[in-house]
Amino acid sequence: MPMDRFPLPFFHVWAYLQTQPLLGLTATLCTWEFCSLIDSRAGHRAITNPTVLSIALLAAALLITHTPYAAYFTGAQYVHFLLGPATVALAIPMYANFASIRRHSGPILVSLTAGSIVAAGSAMLIARALGASHQVVISLGPKSVTTPIAMGIAQNLGGQPSLTAVFVMITGIFGTIICTGALALVRVKDWRALGLAAGTAAHGLATARMLRLNETAGAYGGLAIGLNGIVTSLAVPVLVKLFGF
Amino acid sequence: MVRAIMILLLCQLAGTIVQQAFGLPIPGPVMGLVLLLAILVWRGGPDPVLHETASGFLKYLGLLFVPAGVGVVTELQELRANALAIAIAIPVSTILGLTVTGVLMQRLARADG
Repeated sequence: MPMDRFPLPFFHVWAYLQTQPLLGLTATLCTWEFCSLIDSRAGHRAITNPTVLSIALLAAALLITHTPYAAYFTGAQYVHFLLGPATVALAIPMYANFASIRRHSGPILVSLTAGSIVAAGSAMLIARALGASHQVVISLGPKSVTTPIAMGIAQNLGGQPSLTAVFVMITGIFGTIICTGALALVRVKDWRALGLAAGTAAHGLATARMLRLNETAGAYGGLAIGLNGIVTSLAVPVLVKLFGF
Repeated sequence: MVRAIMILLLCQLAGTIVQQAFGLPIPGPVMGLVLLLAILVWRGGPDPVLHETASGFLKYLGLLFVPAGVGVVTELQELRANALAIAIAIPVSTILGLTVTGVLMQRLARADG
């Protein structure tokens, strides 16, 4: 940029930055650092979860500045991409708990399948009873599963994948905030049960929180993400037929 | 560290190729996870570099969900139109799913020893 043209009017700089990855990426990392700081000052409480706080702050910033999500994602996609290798990396805590997972494969399959069907079935039944559109009901079915699987299931059933992605996120945010409290209320203290429940009902978001609390819980959460992906993709079509959604 | 990232990406790539080729509903990274787990079982565990890199990734797992989460802003209209149903269906079903899985697992795993 030639120096004699400097300073440009503010909106020129703004318009330029919206086409570049720099701003979205920097904003994501800065917001995360800021929210992590708040979280550690508050003593890692459920409501100060840095993921939840960062999403709320950035979403508010986009709405206030009228920035389209696509412009933000130009930069944020570099962070988003790392979700893939990070998912693969879940194999490491799972391996560390492999003997325990193998020993409890029966209880894992039974509890996960039951929780998966209850979560998907109750979501669709409640939504229909409260007058939600057919599209919304179908898109809610796979909301407890990790985003790519959930979107695939919704698409196959005639739901709206982008809406499902949002439901997956809301479920993850809500599950992250309440998972430890809700499970303490029904006196679940076993880390294996805590991790499995978090991964089954609220996928990777709640698993990330479990991983910060305990490695075993994180490993069971990672296992639940994968297994529930399979169980839900088989169960939701059956539920849709059964209840005539 | 580059080698560890390479291993993670290769597993994801292999998983994605299998998923695309056979049109499976399980996403590539999850298939990559299964593949890496199989390799770890076969080789008797991760080497220290892979262990360190994977732990580094997982330490920031929460950050990696932020971009997708901000996507909530794209569906505000549909959310507003069905606000009540969504505001009740998601919390209630999530609490039910959490407690059913958690209580069952704790009981069954304890009985299992």
